[in-house]
Parts: sequence; C-alpha cells; structure tokens
Amino acid sequence: MAPLPALVIVIALWLAIGVACIARPRDLRIVRALFLAGAVAGVALAALAASALSNPPQSLVLPLGLPDLPFHVRLDSLSAFFLILLGAASACISLFSSGYFRSEEGAAPGLVGLQYHVFVAAMAVVLIADDAYLFMVAWETMALASFFLVTTDHRKAEIRRAGYLYLLIAHVGAIAILLCFGVLQGGRGDYTFDGMRNVLLGGVWPSIAFFLALAGFGAKAGLLPLHVWLPEAHPAAPSPVSAMMSGVMLKTAVYGLVRVTFDLLHIQAWWWGVAAIALGLLTALFGVIFAAVQTDMKRLLAYSSIENIGVIVAAIGLAILFEANGKPLLAAIALTAALYHALNHAFFKSLLFLATGSVLHATRERSLGKLGGLIHRMPWVAWLALVGTLAIAGLPPLNGFVSEWLLLQAFLFTPSLPQTFVNMLVPLASAALVLAVALAAYVMVKFYGVIFLGRPREPELSHAHDAGIRERIALALLAAGCVLLGIFPVNVIGALDHVNAMLLSTRVATAGESSWWLLAPVATGRSSYSPLVVLVVIVAVVLATLLVVHRVWHGRVRRAPAWDCGFPLQTARMQDTAEGFGQPIRQVFEPFFRIERHLPAPADPAPTYFMRASDRTWGWLYEPIARVVERLARVAGLLQQGRIGVYLLYSFATLIALLFFVR
Amino acid sequence: MTPGALASQLLQVALALALAPLLIGWVNQCRAWLANRRAPSILLPYRTIRKLFVKDAVVAENASPLFRVTPYVVFGAMCCAAAIVPSLATALPFATAADAIALVGLFALARVFTALAAMDVGTAFGSLGARREMFVGFLAEPALLMVLFTASLISGSTSLPTIVDTLSRSALGIYPSLAFAGVAFTMISLAENARIPIDNPATHLELTMIHEAMLLEYSARHLAVLEWAAALRLFNYSCIGIALFVPFGIALGSDMPAIVAAAPILVAKLAVGGACLALIETLSAKLRIFRAPEFLGTAFLLAVLGMLVKLLLGS
Repeated sequence: MAPLPALVIVIALWLAIGVACIARPRDLRIVRALFLAGAVAGVALAALAASALSNPPQSLVLPLGLPDLPFHVRLDSLSAFFLILLGAASACISLFSSGYFRSEEGAAPGLVGLQYHVFVAAMAVVLIADDAYLFMVAWETMALASFFLVTTDHRKAEIRRAGYLYLLIAHVGAIAILLCFGVLQGGRGDYTFDGMRNVLLGGVWPSIAFFLALAGFGAKAGLLPLHVWLPEAHPAAPSPVSAMMSGVMLKTAVYGLVRVTFDLLHIQAWWWGVAAIALGLLTALFGVIFAAVQTDMKRLLAYSSIENIGVIVAAIGLAILFEANGKPLLAAIALTAALYHALNHAFFKSLLFLATGSVLHATRERSLGKLGGLIHRMPWVAWLALVGTLAIAGLPPLNGFVSEWLLLQAFLFTPSLPQTFVNMLVPLASAALVLAVALAAYVMVKFYGVIFLGRPREPELSHAHDAGIRERIALALLAAGCVLLGIFPVNVIGALDHVNAMLLSTRVATAGESSWWLLAPVATGRSSYSPLVVLVVIVAVVLATLLVVHRVWHGRVRRAPAWDCGFPLQTARMQDTAEGFGQPIRQVFEPFFRIERHLPAPADPAPTYFMRASDRTWGWLYEPIARVVERLARVAGLLQQGRIGVYLLYSFATLIALLFFVR
Repeated sequence: MTPGALASQLLQVALALALAPLLIGWVNQCRAWLANRRAPSILLPYRTIRKLFVKDAVVAENASPLFRVTPYVVFGAMCCAAAIVPSLATALPFATAADAIALVGLFALARVFTALAAMDVGTAFGSLGARREMFVGFLAEPALLMVLFTASLISGSTSLPTIVDTLSRSALGIYPSLAFAGVAFTMISLAENARIPIDNPATHLELTMIHEAMLLEYSARHLAVLEWAAALRLFNYSCIGIALFVPFGIALGSDMPAIVAAAPILVAKLAVGGACLALIETLSAKLRIFRAPEFLGTAFLLAVLGMLVKLLLGS
C-alpha cells in the first residue's frame, strides 16, 4: 500500500485504541496492553514515514469534513521527517506509559489512555494536513487533548491554574496562526496549502504572515514572551505526557514554522532571520538561566525545553538569513542544525522526563531538595539518565553536540553576508549561543548530581525501587537513540537532506567531503568531525589505561567512610542543594529575575529563610494585560443588570438600530 | 593517512604524556624560586604519580561506579585533546576527527565528569567544588570558543592544524585581532587550569579551593590518573597558546627531521611559558569567587573585541 493511506490508517488505529481505552477505564491490564498497541502503531508510523522520506510529495483528499470542504492530506519529506520523530518518540513513550500509569493516581488510566491517543493522533494529523481547515482542526484537537492531559490531576488548584494558562496561550497562538493562514491565502479564498503556494504576496504581507506565524507557533513552542505556560503545564502533567509535550508537541510548532516560512511563503527577507535569531537566542538564554535556579526537577526540564526551542528557532533564523541572501548550501546547514536539534531534543528530553517519572513513582518526590543518591537505589534509571544528561549538555560524542557543532559552523559562515551590520552581530550571536550551551551543562550537572548522586537527603529514599522492565526498555531505547544519533551524524544528515532538497533544492551530506564516518559539511580543510573516531579513541584510552594501571601496579580497593575533614557530625543535608547550585546564577544574572527574599534577623529564635526568583515577564506583560481585561470586564459588567426588563430593552434598542441602518 | 603522519601523531601524544608532569614540576620550581624558597626537584610530579600508583586505593563507602570510572574518562578526554592540538607538527590525522569546537567539547566532557564524580560521594566540599568548577567553566567556555573562532576566521577553518598552518605561514608578524585574543586566552587558561587568580593549586584551604575540592575524595591510582590528566590539561592549553600565538618553529608536514627539530623549540617555548605562568601567579592574589565573572567577563569581551577587529578591519 502507498505510505499515505497506510499512515491515515495508523492514525485511525490510534483513535480506535483511544476509544477502546475507555471501554474498561479502570482495568489496568487492558489499558496497559492498549498502550503497548499504541507503541506498535508508533513504530509502524515511523517506518512508513521513513519509507516515504525520499518520495516526491503525495496528496490525498479524504471524504471527511464539511460538505464542499474536504480534508486534504499530503506527505512530503518535511512531514515525513517530523512523522519519524513523532513515531519513534511516541513509541518509546507509549511503551514507558504501558508500565507507568497506576489506577490510584488522578484520573482513571483508561481516560488518560483516550486523551493520550487522541493527542498523538492529532499531532500526526497536524503533520500531514494540507489545508488550513484540517490543520486548525487538528491543532485545536491537539491543544484540547493535551489540556485534559495536563489537568489529569485536576483536584489540585495549581494544576487547574496551569491548565487554564496553557489553554489561554494556546488559543492566543491559534488565533495568530489562523490570521497567518488568512494572510497567506491572499484574498482568493482557497485555503488549501497548494493554493497558498501559488499565491504571490506582495508588499508588507509576507512579513505580516511570517511574524504571525512566529507568534502563533512561538506560543506553542514556548518562545519569549509567550513561554509562561510551559514551566507551569509541563510539571503539572503526568511524566509520560510531559515527555510527549516537550519532546514531540513543541516540534509540531517547529514544523509549522518551517512549513510556513520555507514552503508556503515564496520569498524571505533577511531581517526576518535577524529577528528570529535574536528572539531565539534571547529565549535560549532566558530558558537556561531560569532552569539553573529551579528546585523542582520537572520545572527545571521545562525551562531547559524553552532553551532548546530557542536554539532551534535561532537556527531557523540563520537559515532564513542565508536563504534570503542566496546562499542555499549555508541555509541548508543551518536548517539541518535546526531539524537535527529538534530530533535530538525529542530523544534526550523524552528520556529525562520519563526518568523523572520513574523517580517520582519511586520516591513520590519532585523537589530536588528532597532527593539524592538514587544511583544506588535505581541504577537502571540513573545510568540511562546519565546518557541523556551528557547528551543534553552538548558533550561529544553524543547527539546534542552534533547539532550544536553544525549550528556553530553555520554561524562561522555568516561573515560572508553582504549586510555589514549583520556581520558585526555575529560574534554576539555566537557568543550568546555558546553561553547558553555552556550554561546547559551547568544545569544538567545540577539536575543529575542532585537527584542521582550524593547521599539521600531524606530517609524515605532508602525505600526507592528501580523502574519496571517496560520502563527500563523504553528508557534504554531512547538512550540508544541519543548515542546512535550522536555517532552516525552523516547518516542522519543524509536522511535530513531530503528535506533540504525539497525546501532549499540543495544537499549537505553530498556537498562537502563527508563519508560514512566523517562529517565535513563543506570541506575537510574547512571543518570536520567524526564522533565515531572520538568515541573509539576515548574508549580505547580508558581501557588501555585501566589495563596498564592494573597490570603494572595493582587494582586493590579499600572501602572507607568519606573523609569528613575532621568534623564528624556531617549529615546528608549538608550537601550542596539545588538552591545552592542556583545561587551563583542568581547573583550573576540578577537583572533577569524578580527576586523576593526574606532573611531572618540575627536574633530570630525560629529563623526562616525564604527566597523566590520569578519571571519578570509576568510583571511587565501579563499583569498589565490582566488588569486591562479586568477593567474592561467591569465596564462590560455594567450592562448586566440581572433584570429581564433591561435585557428586553437592549434587544429592542438593537433592533431599532439595525432597522435604522438596514433601511 | 601516511605512515609519517601516523608517526608524528603518535610521537606528539607520547611527548605530551611524558612532558606534562615535567611542565608542572617546572612551574612549581619557578614559583618556589620567585617566592625565594628552595625549589623541589623538577621530577617531583613523576615521583608523586608513581607513589600514588603503588598505594592501595581508598574509596568512600557510598561511592558509585561513576566515581571510579571518572578518572579514566577524564584522562581519555585529555589524551584525545593532546592528539588534536598541534604541538610538534601540523600533520595530525586524528585532527580531522575533531576540530576546535570538538576540542572545547572534550574539555567540557572532562569537566562535567569531574564535577559529577565530585558530587557522587555527597560531602559538602565535593559538591561545593563541583558547583564552582561548573560556574567557572560556563564563564570560560564561551570566551575560549571566541578566541578559537577569531583564529578560525583568519584561516577560514576550524581545524586546528589548518589554523596553525595558516598562521605560521602568514606574512603579518602578528594579527591585531590575535593580540586581543591572546590576552583573553591567557586569562581563560589561568581559570581553566585552576590557577591563581581564580583558584590556587597549592592550597587545601577549604573555603577557597575549587579544583582540589573536587578531588578531595580521590586517592592512590585514581588520584594519580587525575593528577596526570590535570597536568595534560595544562600542557594542552599551553600548546594551544603556543600554536595560536607563537607558532613559529612548528613542523609543517610530517617529515621526521623537521619534527625532531621542532621538539627543542617546543620545550624552550614551554619553559618560557611556564616561567611566565609562575610569574603571573606570584604577582597576583586570588580573587573571591564572585569576582570570577568580572575576570572572565573581561576575557570574554577581549575575545569578542578581537573577533570584531577581525571582522571590521579584516586583520
């Protein structure tokens, strides 16, 4: 069967699995089996998309939707790439979920199963939609399904609040996207994407469409200043859902931005790229600085997602800049960096969110201040999470480094641009990027060190247990993905090149002197990187050193208590805390935060220390808007008298007014 | 890959491994002379390492395998770095596998592993040291990359041998942009190698140490490997500095006589560099940890300035 109809069938299968989940919502065995079936469907989806990656675009009109307004679907290389991402990540997350959900927590597992599978299916439809109508329907279904997933534990007020905030910003974004499509159809009334491709917009309209898309998709992706929902909604959701939202849903926004910018719009202006780079880097820095001061492990990861999205958007901006200046190969390198990073982020962020889920189940604790030493109790989760930690910290030879390397290479090419002013900004931009990446390493050392290393900070942690077998397999698959994506970059870029060929009519892997083991996007003399060789050499040196040391001398080890520096009363609570790790960052980047601090007086008999570092955007953007809305509501409230006579009078007055105008 | 290139590659790594402790010994000797003390033998670091290898390793009771594997990983990363940095010759087959950005990545890999291992035992000093090390690291890493970027903009390549090749063939005595970068690089090297004014390698005064605080739990062979890796790191940084700012005398190519002739020149440059390091350390006082952002921020600004000079003036 052709891939596209088969894909539609897989998506329908997901919906069917979802419906089957609520047949017996409390029967854990059935629901778990259904999640497993969902994982198989994810694998099938990824396989189908992979088989279609190099094909020319295929379209199909589905006999669904409104009369005269059928659903158009299309599968091209860009959709196929994101479908692979969705299929692979969701397969691992579904596998994890089949061992994760319990009946005693929050909503019934079957209900979660329904929402989860509708959510996944809606994301897949977003990726294959070929008209604005189906796109918006799927986009809204995705938003609603994820809203219900976020509010799974809806009995807690703060979770309801997080869900409401998420829904609100999702809709602000959806309105921007809707307006963007309105601009893109150019007054012809043809809302299929094919129609939009054929419209030649003139004047200021392409810029309006681009910035509406940036705002709309940025709201979903967590770009500044529409990021505020992300650190609230991600921790509120159950961990597999957080993984799905962070690992996959944010990528649908990336997909939308790439689709609109490189496919639907004909021309690009170079200054859009500058705006996207600036916004992306600002978001990246903001995200990572806030991640460094978090004390809740899932909030920390949520802020780190904001950082990664910022990096991806900056890479897209760089691609626009190059493409607008007629340098398609460099644009392809930047776009490859963006897509590669999206894929990497799907793997390592899902891995880490799922690991926090296992930690949460084992300890019932989300606060970093009460964890510690879990590498002894949960070795599987800890060692697999270490892979994700090193990958997200951007260390060679894992996958995070490859996309970072490509992006830095792309930045190093910018001095060849004709705009002098942009050339001068390059050092600043690449410096901001490197600073964000270096800070990410700081954040991840904090994350991993405080949760898994050291001594347990609470006595209850000694009862923690390792994850179940399905959870372990899922984590191991994601970790293997991180390693493979890191070691075989040329193969990955070869696959990504189909997207470059479609959008920019050029290829990266064949342009330079890359071979299967060596990545050289332009020429070996210019730059090259081979993670496989680096890994082999490091492993060889480690083994050789071990062997030599043990052969020539000895391998004797004696266990003794840790050295207490002559002070025997040390407790586990004297280890550095998450707050302690955040302190230097708070001090250096103080202008970023709104800090409330309460220090006890010297003679206070019951001293308490209180410190909160919050987001300034609340103060200068959201609170004023909320006040205006409240004031308007109060004015509108004057109309509401509560007496039927008054309301009848309104109707009467409206009628008279209408008659006056229509006459 | 020609046999000659392979030989120069292996020779260079072997030389780095052999000379790294000597460089430490030399710096310590110079420090002692400058402080008007009697100097220890220049071979003392070798004896220390041998002594540590003979001893039985004492490992904390709650240390995880991560703690025991870290020294070897750090050592491996530093050996990799030594294979990339051109010290004797520019014919380095391994350097195609990892360029300047990957070099910074390797340093980061070593740093992250050391910090994680320091947090593993769960003592107050270990995690304090880890935090400070990562703090200095995230300040220094962007500045280091800016320096390397300036050099790679001049030569149009991020591959270190190509950069060094271009620089050593250039007609210009010294690029103005590289002068800025050179000052920045010196400051970064001081910070990254746990030297005064950021850290003090000679102290075990708990409240001021960074690097030593992380190694506090290590003993015997693990400590020996870590000490050797730290010596290699100093050696690598010195060689980067020499290769970027005073590349003259390095063998361009892989013919053996040139490489053999390059060795004494390298040793002489290292001796001068080590003496300068000792002089800087003697003349300056250690900064409070919260002055470190100012220090490294200055380095960063200088590096960006160098890059701007390169971009605007093209020199």
